[in-house]
Amino acid sequence: MYVSPNKNKAKTLTIAVTGLNANDNPGPGLAVIRALRSGFGENLRIIGLAYETLEPAVYLRDEVNKTYRIPYPTAGVEALKERIKQIQVLENIDVLIPNFDAELYNFIKIESDLLALGISTFLPTHKQMEQRDKVNLKVFGDENNFNVPADAMIFRETEINNAAEKFGFPLVIKGKFYDAYTVHNLGDAYMAFHKLNAKWGLPIIVQKFIKGTEINIAGLGDGKGNTLSVIPMRKLYITEKGKAWAGITIEDEKLIKMAKDFANVTDWKGGFELEIMRADSGDLYIIEVNPRFPAWIYLSAAAGQNQPKALVNLALGNVVEEFKNYQTGKMFIRYAWDNIVDVEDFQKLSAFGEL
Amino acid sequence: MRLKANIATSENGFIFNPATGDSFTSNGLAAEILTLMKLGETEAEIKHKILAKYEVESIQLERDWDDYMQQLREANLLDL
Repeated sequence: MYVSPNKNKAKTLTIAVTGLNANDNPGPGLAVIRALRSGFGENLRIIGLAYETLEPAVYLRDEVNKTYRIPYPTAGVEALKERIKQIQVLENIDVLIPNFDAELYNFIKIESDLLALGISTFLPTHKQMEQRDKVNLKVFGDENNFNVPADAMIFRETEINNAAEKFGFPLVIKGKFYDAYTVHNLGDAYMAFHKLNAKWGLPIIVQKFIKGTEINIAGLGDGKGNTLSVIPMRKLYITEKGKAWAGITIEDEKLIKMAKDFANVTDWKGGFELEIMRADSGDLYIIEVNPRFPAWIYLSAAAGQNQPKALVNLALGNVVEEFKNYQTGKMFIRYAWDNIVDVEDFQKLSAFGEL
Repeated sequence: MRLKANIATSENGFIFNPATGDSFTSNGLAAEILTLMKLGETEAEIKHKILAKYEVESIQLERDWDDYMQQLREANLLDL
């Protein structure tokens, strides 16, 4: 018997993805992987990069082919570089997509080292990261004609008193990187301050509460001021942590213009998410800008604009045309599902740092 | 009074506003009125059809019509 090689078979694309914590405050990794699988089909190998052994997507073996643990961002860039180098020898990664805000600074720092290893990325710059940082967002908004709720950076709990007097209740108390609490009195505000300080450190951001409808926009910027894709989504079901558990794509020129304006003034490179509050007056406020894809990004693929696939193509230097249309009324409804795993798998990842 | 151009309606009375993501359900007659509004029929034409088809007094129809239009307005479904 003779078996000839299939010359039509394309080279396997290997993409490394972080953010595998598909929990109640989910990282975007699994949604990114799902979009990539739906966009690239076969010949795709997904390498999961995990910080913790209980990140749920690690154990979804149909989605993630192989997972490696990587050092926490606090370990620094050298540790990260060294670990990626080890992994690259084994995996030959083509593109790496980081999905956590807190890790992005390090990945941006080692961007050229990654490229030297043959790993392409498509990341924002440190300057772009700073511009949209929670502590700078109000100034950024004022300078570029975006409505951003008034806020204050605080380092002591007693400073909440001044903010409360200025903004009134309710107030939104936000952590430096993640998490936010809407509070209705000083007692709850103090409690939120200490919880966030313990988890993410100082400063804490106290933001004026805007009553309205919560909308998120997922976008992809080409780094030259152009937006290649914009998908606005209205949150339909919101968890206690303020995360969308269900949402629906909507059409609104104002929202699309806002995303395009944002990418234009920042020359944004890569995926981003604008968290918007549409006030009862109809005014749009930017509540937050996330420098990466959101956890609901698979909806972009379902609605006709596969942003993760487009980002991979941009990273590889391929031409990506601007998406023009998407389907409105496309919904996502998240669900929780118990994956059954043998302890051997857990042990492998714990002991050897890979699975 | 005109229904906003982008409002989607179905025969079973489901209404979807793609600009806001809001959705509503309505009964059979309300759905019928929406369909006629979408076809561009005037208020007078629609009322005439309802009076011809259903056993309803004109004064009752006027009251119900105003009430329904108010609901559509509050739901942000009408072009004002």
